[in-house]
Amino acid sequence: MPTTRRQFLNLAGSVTFAGAIPMVTLRPLEATPAMLTAAIRNVVGEAPVRTGKVKLDIPPLVENGNTVPLTVSVASPMTAGDYVKSIHVFNEKNPQPNIGNFYLGPSSGRAQISTRIRLADTQKVVAIARLSDDTFWQVTAEIVVTLAACTEEMN
Amino acid sequence: MAALINVPPKARRGEIIEIRTLTSHIMETGFRHTADGALVPRDIITSFTCRYNGTEIFRADLFPAIAANPYLSFFTVAKQSGKFEFEWIGDNGYSSSASASITVE
Repeated sequence: MPTTRRQFLNLAGSVTFAGAIPMVTLRPLEATPAMLTAAIRNVVGEAPVRTGKVKLDIPPLVENGNTVPLTVSVASPMTAGDYVKSIHVFNEKNPQPNIGNFYLGPSSGRAQISTRIRLADTQKVVAIARLSDDTFWQVTAEIVVTLAACTEEMN
Repeated sequence: MAALINVPPKARRGEIIEIRTLTSHIMETGFRHTADGALVPRDIITSFTCRYNGTEIFRADLFPAIAANPYLSFFTVAKQSGKFEFEWIGDNGYSSSASASITVE
């Protein structure tokens, strides 16, 4: 993985020279906060996102970004009139800002999901819940990652 | 492909039960390069669905940030005896399914 600008430019130059990939994209490898904001706006639209109700369980320090346990739970009675429609998880600095969208319903009984994710860098993870009244609630966690995932070289 | 499903075999009516699934998949991100600079093509599971006696109760859109061998756990209310069906769909026409039954008393 090119880690410095010089290494990246060298790599980009050599690829162009070899003609293997004629189109060299200079798309940033990491999701900028702007990409994170855009991904969130893609889900919530213009609706305000309030802080609260959502709980994000994730280790604050992970040694290996390749498999990070994550649990999102939302304080909701999960009745027919008041339930969580969906949970959306985003990250700040992976190559892509989305992690997963999870769709629930009143028959879920409990608004909680768990999975394992990859983190490419020390960064923020954001979980947003959409309730049945179409309000959005979020929580943010900072995670320190020692060994990055996603973009390592293949052996 | 192999999938591990964990559904309680028995439950009381109205009980909230946890369902856990783990399926074997490489989840290649599409952002990695080989040592000689070639991009490793993306190969991930993009969608997971769980149906309970034919009704969808949980669905997920997955992205490359989901770890290899995707693990998902979620909850549902045990309403009646029957079958849970699980389906994973992904890149390159990947499709896999599994099922588990439950007795509700």
